[in-house]
Amino acid sequence: MQISEELVRQITNAVLSQMSHTGSSSVSGDVLPASSSPVPSMSGRARINEEKTDYSGYPRAQKGTDPKEVVIGVGAAFQREIKRTICDIPLDELLRNVKAGIEEEGMIPRVVKILDTSDVCFMALEAAKLSGSGIGVGIQSKGTTVIHQKDLYPLSNLELFPQAPLMTLETYRQIGQNAAKYVKGEQVVPIPCTNDPMCRPKYQVKAALMHIAETEQLDPEVGAVEWEGR
Amino acid sequence: MKRSKRIETLDARPVNLDGYINEWPEMGFAAMSSPYDPEPSVRVEGGRIVELDGKYREDFDFIDQFIADYAINIERAEKSMSISSLDIARMIVDINVSRKEILELISGITPAKMTEVMNHLNVVELMMGMQKIRARRTPGNQAHITNLKDDPVQIAADAAEGALRGFAEEETTMGVARYAPLSAMALLIGSQVGRPGVLTQCSAEEATELELGIRGLTTYAETLSVYGTEKVFIDGDDTPYSKAFLNSAYASRGLKVRFTSGSGSEVLMGSSEKKSMLYLECRCLFVTKGAGSQGIQNGSVSCIGVTGSVPAGIREVLAENLVAALLGLECASSNDQSFSNSDMRRTARTMLEFLPGTDFIFSGYAAEPNYDNMFAGSNFDAEDFDDYNVLQRDMQVDGGLRPVTEEQVIHVRNKAARAVQAVFRNLGLSPVSDEQVEAVTYAHGSKDTLPRDVTADLAAAEDVLKRGITGIDVVKALAETGFEDVAASVLNMLKQRVAGDYMQTAAILDRDFHVLSGVNTPNDYMGPGTGYRVDGERWEEIKQIPHIINPKDI
Repeated sequence: MQISEELVRQITNAVLSQMSHTGSSSVSGDVLPASSSPVPSMSGRARINEEKTDYSGYPRAQKGTDPKEVVIGVGAAFQREIKRTICDIPLDELLRNVKAGIEEEGMIPRVVKILDTSDVCFMALEAAKLSGSGIGVGIQSKGTTVIHQKDLYPLSNLELFPQAPLMTLETYRQIGQNAAKYVKGEQVVPIPCTNDPMCRPKYQVKAALMHIAETEQLDPEVGAVEWEGR
Repeated sequence: MKRSKRIETLDARPVNLDGYINEWPEMGFAAMSSPYDPEPSVRVEGGRIVELDGKYREDFDFIDQFIADYAINIERAEKSMSISSLDIARMIVDINVSRKEILELISGITPAKMTEVMNHLNVVELMMGMQKIRARRTPGNQAHITNLKDDPVQIAADAAEGALRGFAEEETTMGVARYAPLSAMALLIGSQVGRPGVLTQCSAEEATELELGIRGLTTYAETLSVYGTEKVFIDGDDTPYSKAFLNSAYASRGLKVRFTSGSGSEVLMGSSEKKSMLYLECRCLFVTKGAGSQGIQNGSVSCIGVTGSVPAGIREVLAENLVAALLGLECASSNDQSFSNSDMRRTARTMLEFLPGTDFIFSGYAAEPNYDNMFAGSNFDAEDFDDYNVLQRDMQVDGGLRPVTEEQVIHVRNKAARAVQAVFRNLGLSPVSDEQVEAVTYAHGSKDTLPRDVTADLAAAEDVLKRGITGIDVVKALAETGFEDVAASVLNMLKQRVAGDYMQTAAILDRDFHVLSGVNTPNDYMGPGTGYRVDGERWEEIKQIPHIINPKDI
């Protein structure tokens, strides 16, 4: 994920330059080391990543016709500007597991990248509408996931996994399986909820930064593109 | 570098697990003010606001237009705006200037002016303002009633216990959204077992929530979210106008409603337009007022991790609560989301609303252990009940709760669980076993209860909607199964919808179903010797905490 790598690099540089300024005199000398925070100010910058990826040359996502199809709609920064979820799961692994889950239940996954919204409910609904079966999965780059059905209200859903820091690869695999089971019209037992009340204080700022990094990559003109075999 | 053991110890403290970030106004990480916030201004031409906070009408976005057309008292606007922000700030804390005078003056100011006024007040002054400007004379409290299994039996038991402990409102939500009809029904029944007159709501997708309300399975609604920038509104498929329509839909059926907003949401959604959190929240609150809502749930709410991460963030949270009160809105002042790993920090944050008192100090307090709180954790939970009761007693402050005995808790939990069992059986819904009733009666949380048959529950939930089951069916089922007193209470709650008195600002009901609101029991604080004081019966009740030393035992 670029944001954390970049921030880490900036912080490291700032700390190194501070250390080289003060050197060992901070211990033995009588000069008090600087008290300013080593984290550089971002004030004045209007983006997290200066570069915006151009998707205009990508094939536009088409509406599927295969009734066995489950469309996975991933976020705008997925596997590009952001490579890992908020709790450090590699996005390649995440996607492999969702797809494997769908395939294990005999259905067919297709991956598209959603470029006109970064709201996970709307991403999932768009995926569902592109899906031949009408069932879709929306996955933000930070890991937040929704299973949706094309005829539901946008902010409704079949299953919602709002606490991305608690997700595991096993959960993503089950999400794929359950999405496939909805296609088959089975009685689906929703994946049991998990809850950690201390997620918010620890992760919400990181979530905000990741969402900003995703949102700034949106390109509503392009809409949605085929993302498999990118 | 050789590490200092002192610093290592400090680094390991819970407060350092929290997230903090430097101010970054371009991304909205600025609490009280941003260099990009507009200068306050207003110009009225032909009875219409043609300039608002430095923008001309032709450049208005839909939020500006809504505020200019519906949220500002046009006759007062130019006069109110001519008074300096510092003078208005001083009037807010002046015990000789009445709440009524201030509300009249405030009705003519703009969001940017309001932001400027708040920037003159420190936290103690903000608390003073809240003590004076809060709508209802007595403070109140609201609970969250949820669990990890979406177990309706536990919802009923926790609702009964919460009502017994003093919560005036109770709110539920689900891990699995489709449970909503069963959750709403269980909450309605349980609340009335604990204390007649407690209001209940089920936070769900908006259309579902409205339907549950219309059917009489809930008695108020709260989750009508508004935002401070056009982009976030549009992302939610909404406008201020659609929210006003939704508000009217509830009103047409006689249901109490409040809106929800809170700073940090625009930052989290990546669309803050470089404005401060306080300015954007002021816009939300003006929209809420313009839409005709009687009240708001605000104070950053679920985005407290963002607002709490920046300098002066917690001051900003109290400021936005006070802005709501200044606009004459009922304020349910958040404190409802886990916010810090540090017990010290989370308690300090709540004191800002607890000490002055707000219409609902929490919105709400987790009346179950936080692992069961499906709003992702509240700032206080069931394990803090005694701490909270002691705080009330230490400071002689009314935080809306009261001490209870173990016998009372077991009694109401059991009755509520049995009532849900009876109603489900009577209506042919999913079965509740005697073992489940027993487990829930003595449980602390869902770790102590038995598993539910989720498939059967979800089928029953769908059935409730399909068969058109309403609050009246619940009343009948209760009456036919020997729970006449609970049936009478639920019926009385439905009658409120016909009378409509509880739609007044900051209304709650006492155990005899009398409305206590900002209209018939307004806050009349004007300094020492006035306003609400904790005394008489209520003070005696607060004193009765468990674990008091009996001198005879020594």
